[in-house]
Amino acid sequence: MKVLVAVKRVVDYNVKVRVKADNSGVDLANVKMSMNPFCEIAVEEAVRLKEKGVASEIVVVSVGPTTAQEQLRTALALGADRAILVEAADELNSLAVAKALKAVVDKEQPQLVILGKQAIDSDNNQTGQMLAALTGYAQGTFASKVEVAGDKLNVTREIDGGLQTVSLNLPAIVTTDLRLNEPRYASLPNIMKAKKKPLETVKPDDLGVSLASTNKTLKVEAPAARSAGIKVKSVAELVEKLKNEAKVI
Amino acid sequence: MTILVVAEYENGAVAPSTLNTVAAAAKIGGDVHVLVAGQNVGGVAESAAKIAGVAKVLVADNAAYAHVLPENIAPLIVELATGYSHVLAPATTNGKNILPRVAALLDVDQISEIISVESADTFKRPIYAGNAIATVQSSAAVKVITVRTTGFDAVAAEGGSAAVEAVGAAHNAGISTFVGEELAKCDRPELTAAKIVVSGGRGMGNGDNFKHLYSLADKLGAAVGASRAAVDAGFVPNDMQVGQTGKIVAPQLYIAVGISGAIQHLAGMKDSKVIVAINKDEEAPIFQVADYGLVADLFEAVPELEKLV
Repeated sequence: MKVLVAVKRVVDYNVKVRVKADNSGVDLANVKMSMNPFCEIAVEEAVRLKEKGVASEIVVVSVGPTTAQEQLRTALALGADRAILVEAADELNSLAVAKALKAVVDKEQPQLVILGKQAIDSDNNQTGQMLAALTGYAQGTFASKVEVAGDKLNVTREIDGGLQTVSLNLPAIVTTDLRLNEPRYASLPNIMKAKKKPLETVKPDDLGVSLASTNKTLKVEAPAARSAGIKVKSVAELVEKLKNEAKVI
Repeated sequence: MTILVVAEYENGAVAPSTLNTVAAAAKIGGDVHVLVAGQNVGGVAESAAKIAGVAKVLVADNAAYAHVLPENIAPLIVELATGYSHVLAPATTNGKNILPRVAALLDVDQISEIISVESADTFKRPIYAGNAIATVQSSAAVKVITVRTTGFDAVAAEGGSAAVEAVGAAHNAGISTFVGEELAKCDRPELTAAKIVVSGGRGMGNGDNFKHLYSLADKLGAAVGASRAAVDAGFVPNDMQVGQTGKIVAPQLYIAVGISGAIQHLAGMKDSKVIVAINKDEEAPIFQVADYGLVADLFEAVPELEKLV
C-alpha cells in the first residue's frame, strides 16, 4: 500500500524560545529548526511498514516554507521514497494545512496517512483529526501500536485511562504518540542518496486550496515567571516548611 | 448566546473535567447546555443535570456512540452545533480526538487548550510547551474550543436542575469499531484532579522502585505521576505521564522525585501551587521552578519523608 506521511518544520525541541519584544510572536531568528519529534515517529513507522513489506511506497509531504525542504530531505534520508512541499507562508493554522493535505491525498490516493499527534510549536493537536474529517476517513489518534490486518487497521491508542484499541477501515488516518517507536538516525550514505530522490514543490493555488483561517493571533506574551524558591537542608526541614509555611500538608 | 459543552464521563457520571469546562463556558456567558453522548448514559445525564449553572442536558443514547468513536460522534455534534455560539470540550484524550473533527466539518479553526476567557471571542492558550501564551481571537460563527481544565476552577457538581432532552438520530459512519481497552486500575486519586501529586523520573531507576512513591502517595492521599523518561523506559504506563504531550496537572502540591525537569515536563506541572523537587543533582533544571528543593538521594529521602508526614 501507499503511505503518505506529513511532517512539519518546527523549532528544535531543545530550544527554549523567547517571546519577541513587540509581542508579535516568538523569536525564531537564528534558532535551530528540526523535524517535529512526533513527525519523526510518523516517518519511522512508515519506514518500518515498508521494511515489513506492508507499505510499497512512502510519500512525505510538508506544508510550509521553502526551508521545510530540509526536513523533507531528512525524511527521504530516513527511508521515504519521494517528497512533496506545499509551499506556503509560515504560521498556517491547522485547518489550512489539513485542506492542503486533503488535496494531496486526493491526488496521491494513499491507503494510510500518518501524522504526528501535535506539533511542539503551536501545540494544537488538530491536523490529523481535521484531515480525517475532510477525507471522511477513520482516525486512529495518539497511536502506540499500528497493525495492518487485511483491509483493516488495528490501532492501539494512548488514552487518559490507559490504552484503547480500535479497528479502522482503510484508507485511514493515524497520528503518532511517543511510544509508537523509537526513530532511527539517518546514515551518511542515506543522506547522500536522499539528495537525489525526487522533491516536488507545489503552491496552494495549484491545489485549489484556500488558506484562510477563522483564528487570528492578537498577541504572544511570556508566561508569568516562576521564581526559584529555596533549598532545604533536610527532609525534616522540608516537612516543616510544607506544614507551616506553604500549609499544603 | 448559547454554549454547548460536550461532557466527559466515567463510571456512570460526569467526570470532573466536565465541571471545569462548564466553568469556562460560564465565563464566556450565556446559557450552557451539556451534551452527553454514549450508550446507556441515562445516569450520566442525570448527574449532568445537577451541575450548577447548566440550563439543559442533551442526551444522545445510542449504540453508535458507545466508546465515543469520533467518526460517529463528530457528525452528531455538527448537527447540533447549529444554533450554538460555542462548542466546548475538555482537553482530555476524548476531547482532543473528537473536537478537531467537528471543527473541520464546520469549516472553522479550533482553539485548543484555552487557559482563560478574555471575551466571548478571545481566549488565551499556551504554545511552545507553555513558554509563550498566545491571545487568539476567533471569527467563526460557531467557535470550537478545547479547555485546559487546570485553567478553570470547577463549578459545583450539585445544585442545578436542568431539563434533560433526548436528541439526535444515530450517526454510524461504519468505518471504525471498538476492539478493546486496558484501563489502569488504581485506587489513588485521578492524576488531573488530585490535590497532591508525587511524580517520579528516570532517577527512580526502575519500575519496582516506584513502590516508594506509591507508599508515600498513599500516606498523603496523593496521585502518582511520571516524567516522559520514566514512561519511555517502561517503568510505568503511559497514563501516568505528566508533560507537554501527556497530562497537565496543577495540584496544591507537586513533589518531583528524580526528575531533571526538561521543559516538556515543566509544561505539564509548572502551574502547581507548591513544587517540591528531590534530586541528587543540584544542577537539575527542576530546582529553577521548585519552591522547595532538596538535594539528596531519593532512596533515603523518600522513605524519610513518608515517615515524617
